[in-house]
Amino acid sequence: MSSTSTEARLLSVSKLKIAFGSLVVIQDLSFEARAGDCLAVIGPNGSGKTVLLKALMNLIPYEGEIRWSHGARLGYVPQKIAADRQLPLHLRDLLEAKATFLKLPGAELEQVSSEVGLTRELLNTSIGHLSGGQFQKALIAFALLGQPNVLLFDEPTASLDELTEERVYELLHSLQKDKGMTVILVSHDLSVVYRYANMVLCLSKGKPCMGPPKEILTPAMLEGLYAAPPKYYRHIEDHLKG
Amino acid sequence: MPEGQGFLFLLALFFALAAGLVGCFALMKRMVLASDVISHLALPGLGVAFLLKMNPLVGGATTLFLGTILVWRLQKKTGLATDAAIGVVFAAGLAIGAAVTPREDLIEALFGELQQVSLLGFLLGFATTLFVVLSVFFLKDRLALSVFSQDLAAATGVKVGRVDLYFLLLFSLTILVGLRFMGTLLASALIILPAATARHLTDKLSHFLLVSSAVSLVSVVAGFLLNIFVLRLSTVGPTIVIFSALLFGLSLIKKRT
Repeated sequence: MSSTSTEARLLSVSKLKIAFGSLVVIQDLSFEARAGDCLAVIGPNGSGKTVLLKALMNLIPYEGEIRWSHGARLGYVPQKIAADRQLPLHLRDLLEAKATFLKLPGAELEQVSSEVGLTRELLNTSIGHLSGGQFQKALIAFALLGQPNVLLFDEPTASLDELTEERVYELLHSLQKDKGMTVILVSHDLSVVYRYANMVLCLSKGKPCMGPPKEILTPAMLEGLYAAPPKYYRHIEDHLKG
Repeated sequence: MPEGQGFLFLLALFFALAAGLVGCFALMKRMVLASDVISHLALPGLGVAFLLKMNPLVGGATTLFLGTILVWRLQKKTGLATDAAIGVVFAAGLAIGAAVTPREDLIEALFGELQQVSLLGFLLGFATTLFVVLSVFFLKDRLALSVFSQDLAAATGVKVGRVDLYFLLLFSLTILVGLRFMGTLLASALIILPAATARHLTDKLSHFLLVSSAVSLVSVVAGFLLNIFVLRLSTVGPTIVIFSALLFGLSLIKKRT
């Protein structure tokens, strides 16, 4: 689906099929990604976006081939709602659990916390008392422990207000720019996809498609993908004209 | 302390420490009710052992571990929630236990008994609780990650299914040590109550583990003293649980103030 050169290829997915019993979620999906890409995965609910991320991390069974280039280290930021916030855990407890499990040097936790703007006070706060934006930053810090060079984000700003959402995406963008990370991003927000992604993979019940945002985020493509004119189309069209 | 019960008291203290720690993660894994039920799985084994005039703990351990493995397999294969899977095994286990346990031994099996513990029994119990305590500390980070988010834990490299199984086995080992004096009905109470009390008092993991263990130890000491000097029952389980429940009640008051 993509004409990626062999040297820069980071990820190669070939004839991927994912099914739960008789329910086939993804079928015959092939694509590639290069180091430094920001690849956005879009598609309607149930099209398999989260399932694809889990398969890329080898968390669920699949058929076909997923091949990461040598040296790829993955960090994962799940949907905010997928974590239990009622636990007796301070943010530091959580980050220390990962750092200890991976036998990371003690300084890395402080360094990552400072990179994403987590203060000492926030580190000593119960995860249940963090605001939505702070919790999302915490999940990003968690993903950054272990120095990954690929970040997989699953709806990183779902249920956040617009201002917080903006800050989270700015953080992601600066991480990608400063550290040269590859980002694979699942998002429903097409304006965000247009701003930050250089490649878009759209999943749907029909034939999946992949290309630069300007080729994929067209009215015709989006209408075909979501089987209805997207409400945010006007916003994107304005953006394209501007 | 009545003669010959020194080993039992010491064993109860080791059990309290293990139960306090295991209880924290049982509460975090939302398997508090399930933990109550797992302890009842020992009953059929105790009943058969009483019938065959064997050491009751051998019978209890056998069905406890078989039941634990069965629960784990049920969870993995059928995708049932922990509580549902355990409920299925529990109903069958309790029914079989009630049917096979001789009537004169049923009360002892259900509520435990104040009895002398041999040096060998004490050493085995001590080694078991030491293993549980060390294992909890070794698995602490993996457990914390997997209760927070199974996906995140798996993405970090934690073998979540294996950690679940280890934890269920540690849980069963703890119950096994407590069976002698707490019985199948009350052995799990000292896993549940101290952790629930500690949860009201702190939201930091290290403090949670510390407070839960302390509440558990205090409950055992107070329960023994209450029984020796006041109630003089043939089993110490009820006084330990009553005192532990009292501390839980006090924690509720503390939280509101």
